[in-house]
Amino acid sequence: MTKTSLGNQSRFDFDRYVKSLRYSLFVIRKPLAGYWDLIHEGYGTMAAAHTIVAVAIIVQILRITLTNFQFMWFNPEMFNVVIVMLQILLPLLLWVVANWSLTTLFDGKGKLSDIYMGTAYALTPLIIIDAALIPMSHVITFEEGQIYWMLTSLAGLWFVLLVLCAMKEIHDYSFGKAIATSVISIIVIGIIMFIFIMFFAVVSDGIAYFVSIIQELAFRFDLSLGFN
Amino acid sequence: MKIRYLCSLLVLVLLIGIAQPLPTRASTFHYTYTYNIWGVPIPSPDAYRVTAYLLGESLGIGHFHRPQDLFVIGNKIYVADSGNNRVVVIVANEDGTHEVAQVIEHAMLDGAPTTFNFPSGIFVSDWGDIWLSDTDNHRILHVDSYWNVITEIGRPERSQLLPTDDFLPSKLVVDFTGRLFVQVIHVNRGLMEFDRYGEFAVYMGAAPVHVSVIDQFWRRIATQEQRERRQIFIPTEYNSVSIDSEGFLFVTNTNDNVDSVRRLNAMGDDVLIRNGLFYIEGDVVYGDAAGIDGPSQLIDIAPLPNETFIAFDRVRGRLFAYDFQGNLLFVFGGRGAREGFFMEPTAIDNMGYTLFALCAGNNTITRFDLTEYGLAINRGLELYRRGLYEESVFYWQEVLRMNGNFGMAYVGMARAMLRQGYYRDAMRYFRLENDRIGYGRAFGFFRRQWMEDNFWIFALAVGVLVIVPPVVKKVLHVRREIYES
Repeated sequence: MTKTSLGNQSRFDFDRYVKSLRYSLFVIRKPLAGYWDLIHEGYGTMAAAHTIVAVAIIVQILRITLTNFQFMWFNPEMFNVVIVMLQILLPLLLWVVANWSLTTLFDGKGKLSDIYMGTAYALTPLIIIDAALIPMSHVITFEEGQIYWMLTSLAGLWFVLLVLCAMKEIHDYSFGKAIATSVISIIVIGIIMFIFIMFFAVVSDGIAYFVSIIQELAFRFDLSLGFN
Repeated sequence: MKIRYLCSLLVLVLLIGIAQPLPTRASTFHYTYTYNIWGVPIPSPDAYRVTAYLLGESLGIGHFHRPQDLFVIGNKIYVADSGNNRVVVIVANEDGTHEVAQVIEHAMLDGAPTTFNFPSGIFVSDWGDIWLSDTDNHRILHVDSYWNVITEIGRPERSQLLPTDDFLPSKLVVDFTGRLFVQVIHVNRGLMEFDRYGEFAVYMGAAPVHVSVIDQFWRRIATQEQRERRQIFIPTEYNSVSIDSEGFLFVTNTNDNVDSVRRLNAMGDDVLIRNGLFYIEGDVVYGDAAGIDGPSQLIDIAPLPNETFIAFDRVRGRLFAYDFQGNLLFVFGGRGAREGFFMEPTAIDNMGYTLFALCAGNNTITRFDLTEYGLAINRGLELYRRGLYEESVFYWQEVLRMNGNFGMAYVGMARAMLRQGYYRDAMRYFRLENDRIGYGRAFGFFRRQWMEDNFWIFALAVGVLVIVPPVVKKVLHVRREIYES
């Protein structure tokens, strides 16, 4: 994005935004050329990436709620929009951070925002196919479900291939290196999650320790602090 | 500034995420319950009710002591009163009273009485012969109806039992050809099969052991010592055997890695139908309060005449009713020392649809009879099983009038609707019980009918697609020609 000067806020370029959004359709068809231009030639915008992620979340919510029950085991009592949001956002965030942390060490050229943008654009086929599957689920029967499941796996496969292409083009890697760093990124995600969980466990244990001390004191001196 | 907004947003999102909607659940105790499609226990009307609570003392023969097995044939109940080393025969009279017909302390072997030592399994055949597992005497007695020993089956020579293993026969059944199947304690190769002359034939029906990939992985990386300390994956030991009206054997076991209930054919293959929403293993969800924890441990099966079967849970003293497709119908019972509750369930058997449950903790026999609700379910199932869906509708409506949460009734209604051509209604009822296959079938018919009824739309669409483009092309062509000339 071109900035005129520091004081002057850059105005939102609507035409460029629409163009970059439409460019996602090109990227998913010609990922190698598409991703290079997307990242390095400034064809993509962060606004478009945010939009794609938002649409992916919305489509996911619609998919869960509107798909025919034959193809979706959905209990409205346990449904939480925020959980669905986090189910997309958290892995995305973890992936971006893990991948960036890793690739900066292995002379990847991509910035954090580049990785985010590339991954977001890779969500496009998921959006398109999932959106098409919603009405489709209402006109086919469970026994004809093969085609449905095939399409869902196709969407997943397409997404994975796009992410790999994105890695290759963003970091200017060979294909082998793109696959290797992606696999290691997933391991790094595991490590990050492990550290987080351990951190929370330690903190909650620590808090519980002090709470129990205060409780003990309260019982000993017969203070009413809301514990008894 | 921006960072602060982001952080507060994140915290907000997390807080909302943590605030999961809490499903409302009935916390009060219900004697009878069932599970809805989401695996949540929901109260149900009583399908069985206690109609008699039999104590040895009240029958005039002194208290039972740790009775291990009971067998019902005709109107007679044979109880292996193990701790008292005797067999008690109780007669259930038409008027609902019970009286002791016989107390057998010994059998006659070659003209001399021979006493029992902790008999823990009994079976009576249609022709009156009796088989008794005389467990601590390490033998099985095959006697005639006057308790004269026909064959005494001791420790079989060819059975590959380890020399250190005692021969401890327990529950046993005999099929209509006279083959004897015995569940032997500490034997994990399946049931011991004896021919009609009491000769050991073969082990049958050993349960295959499923070892998950994760377990295999851990076993691979574990050290020798760790491997020894971990649970070993050996074929499981059965803990009961019963025979149904078609001659199939129901066996149960309490191993986590094996199906809790198996229905064996003559070859020893499992032929139990498991089309229900849940595994046939007792409770779907369970708590661990008051020292009672872990999954249900099914220890005996009572196969009812309409292929429904009742499984007895040792952990919580509950009885689980499954239909012929493996759908859980209802659960009742509990742990305790009062009527309808059990401390240490040991065996269950049925007299028609009447159940007799034996408890070695309370030393009682509890008789259960069907209520109006249970009767409607069983009548409906009886017709449903024979494919008489239309006829079963009456009973399903009856059931739903008493309990709108009874899922099987919706499927029964849907089946009837489907057969009568009411596809819309069939879809609605299948939907209520999340029966996808049924729904798909009804929907397929509905779709075909809809397409036939609205064929003109398709005809029109095809017509438009075929006719319009050439016409438009022609018109444009003509217009251009006119324009150019």
